[in-house]
Amino acid sequence: MSPTTSPLKAFPRAAQTAAEKRLRVQAKRAGLTAIAKKVLSQERLSIEDGLALYTADLFAVGALANHVRERLHGDATYFNVNQHINYTNLCNRLCKFCAFQRLPGQDGAYLMSPADAAEKITEQLAEPVTEVHVVGGVWPKLDYNYYLDLLRAIKAARPSIHIKGFTMVELDEIMRQAKKPLPEVLEELKQAGLDSCPGGGAEVFDEGVRQATYPQKMPGTRWLEVAAAVHAAGLFSNCTMLHGHVETPAHRVDHLNKLRLLQDDSLAKGKGSLQAYIPLSFHPDHSEMADVEAPTALDELRELAVARLMLDNVPHIKAYWILMDIPTAQTALSFGANDVDGTVVEEKIYHEAGATTPQKVQRTQLVRWIEDAGRTPIERNTVYDPIGDAKGRFSTNSK
Amino acid sequence: MSTQDATTWRPHSATAARLGAHASDLARVADKVRDNKRITADEALLLHEHADLVTIGELADLVRQRLNPAPVVTYIVDRNINPYNACITDCGFCAFYAKPKSDGTWQLTREEIMDKVQETATLGGRQVLMQGGHHPKIKSDYWCELIEAISMRFPEINCHALSAPELEHFERIERRSLAEIIADLQASGWGSLPGGGAEMLVERVRKIIAPKKTSTDRWLDIHRQVHEAGLRSSATMMYGNVETAPERIEHFVRLRELQDETGGFTAFACWNTQPEGVPMQADLPEKTTPALYLRTQGVARIFLDNFQHMQTSYVTQGIKMAQISLRFGCDDFGGTMLEENVVSAAGCFNLAPIAELERIIHRAGFTPVQRNSWYGVADERYDMTTPKGSAHPGWPRTRGEAACHKAAPYPEPHLAVFPETSRQGEGEPLSMPVAAAEKVKI
Repeated sequence: MSPTTSPLKAFPRAAQTAAEKRLRVQAKRAGLTAIAKKVLSQERLSIEDGLALYTADLFAVGALANHVRERLHGDATYFNVNQHINYTNLCNRLCKFCAFQRLPGQDGAYLMSPADAAEKITEQLAEPVTEVHVVGGVWPKLDYNYYLDLLRAIKAARPSIHIKGFTMVELDEIMRQAKKPLPEVLEELKQAGLDSCPGGGAEVFDEGVRQATYPQKMPGTRWLEVAAAVHAAGLFSNCTMLHGHVETPAHRVDHLNKLRLLQDDSLAKGKGSLQAYIPLSFHPDHSEMADVEAPTALDELRELAVARLMLDNVPHIKAYWILMDIPTAQTALSFGANDVDGTVVEEKIYHEAGATTPQKVQRTQLVRWIEDAGRTPIERNTVYDPIGDAKGRFSTNSK
Repeated sequence: MSTQDATTWRPHSATAARLGAHASDLARVADKVRDNKRITADEALLLHEHADLVTIGELADLVRQRLNPAPVVTYIVDRNINPYNACITDCGFCAFYAKPKSDGTWQLTREEIMDKVQETATLGGRQVLMQGGHHPKIKSDYWCELIEAISMRFPEINCHALSAPELEHFERIERRSLAEIIADLQASGWGSLPGGGAEMLVERVRKIIAPKKTSTDRWLDIHRQVHEAGLRSSATMMYGNVETAPERIEHFVRLRELQDETGGFTAFACWNTQPEGVPMQADLPEKTTPALYLRTQGVARIFLDNFQHMQTSYVTQGIKMAQISLRFGCDDFGGTMLEENVVSAAGCFNLAPIAELERIIHRAGFTPVQRNSWYGVADERYDMTTPKGSAHPGWPRTRGEAACHKAAPYPEPHLAVFPETSRQGEGEPLSMPVAAAEKVKI
């Protein structure tokens, strides 16, 4: 996969050759000669290569990931102005890592009506919001019409807004409530206003890990099937991995490999596909797994770098700043990440688990710290079209 | 050379660092660092302004390993005690002080201070960092008595006390020589001098942010005299106010020159100005972002090749940035600070419990080790005696052992006493939570 026009075309070929030579030397010192060769010739890395990246020197892995990031995007770093709606925290999946879920009657349990959700949208009409991220718990007592009404109410409140809604886990439940085949359900959701899907709920695909920590959640294979159906319906989606709980590096590489095979398939079909990959680090506070050590900043940097190198067919790697916090997200822009997510007007799930970032960060602050990292901030819409004076867009349809 | 100040300073394109006009010069400087050659001020400025973060980190990490081969990150169990806050120096970036005779002044009693030291001792503390304001009445005899009382009652705790500007203030109000003041304090048990009050060792900047404070030359001369008297001190820098990028490098140059001369600095630490609520907040630029910390601290590690230790500032940078900085040149986590009053007054407070601090160090691939004020091991978990039974010379136990006017850098530490620690990237992947995997059998 290559961009339509290289963001590096402004630089002389000789400088690029010299940089590649230096990268090879650095990789050789770290024992990554063969991997560097593949990265430089844009060949796919193997599972074994992926495992090696988890044990190699962090700076060598970072430099390789940075090379790929700059080849694809140059300094371009995307963000958007968005808001979140978590329509309910009622959930029957009881995943041990989650601090957001509630059962009816528990403290803080809530369910928004479609009108409540529309009210949240209306509150922000004066703000230049382009996207709403709509996710919630999995609650079988909500009927199919609730979801359609939710979408319609949001669109009615702000027709221009892009609704990025429902993870694969929620879609699977919505389909069950609809008692209709998934392609038909997706078509109806689209008509009600759904524009794309977020990447959450993938966790780690390995069945052993799922049985240990989230046995009630759909199997990994089902997540991939639903994502494939979403893409076949012409919708773009993101993808994620929840890292740093009980999984091993081998489970992570397997997860990344499954995502990249899904993407091969989706790109070949030429409809929807994966836009961005977002590693989500496990936050143990207040969850049932509070005794598990959380991943640290350096773990998060490596996770992003490995993903940039393994996911050779996913255009964007996102350092989700509200979860990582600005110091890590800003550093991550040199370790493979080229997106930082958005301004995020309302965010409930991670704040319940103790993330300490402010709820609302002005657009100017995002721009400022992206620039301080030596990168070019580009405000985008959900499908990565630049908004305003942005330049250097990466095309997702270049294959 | 850039002449923009921190208000307008913007880093250059990260992509251009690898491919642009400066790429070949940057590559040459990087090779020089790899070849263990001293870099010039211009070369440091080039790295500071133009290099990409991955390169700065890689080089700083290399220098760190060269100077501190043991895979260890040290920290000290300590407490900051500020006996009084009255100050006549009116620095615009300070939210801690109060003008003498104003309502905001306070002074701790001897008993209150001793209680705080007692609490520190109970927790196994090794140091109290004590600084006050520039009080119009309090003289060095107050400090001699205080230090003596603490040293007699708590021999395990070092008084890492005062600062160059406070010493100059005593000299002025007592009308006697600095040498006498230093000798009196030393006789009372004073163990080391903190690096406070350095701010930016550039006269143009000092005239704006701290016009009444000790001049650059004087700050350096006081540290020189302290080193010559056989005491160690540390060095600091506060950036991110009105200085330019070349002025940051000038600060490093002055420190490196003095260290070549005396060898008396133990460590260097830097932090950005915390502008919230300080008197000149309106004239200060917005707080700088974390990338500039890595750029500054990383280049300090590379340029200050005669400083053995670099201390991260987790209180100002937060624990996540502090961990990242352990791969950007820092080998010391500073103090646990059971109490901190100065940056906290400017709304900055990031303290963490010792267990969390050790976990963060472990996950970065290092063994956490408690130290004393002179960067010697003060940790009961490790036996620091050599096979012959004498303490290893690389790890000073006392003020006397640490004294090293014109001393050579510390010899290679005695590595065998530390359990094998795999750096991140060598051996077991540290990003895998082993304990958790054992608990939940898959």
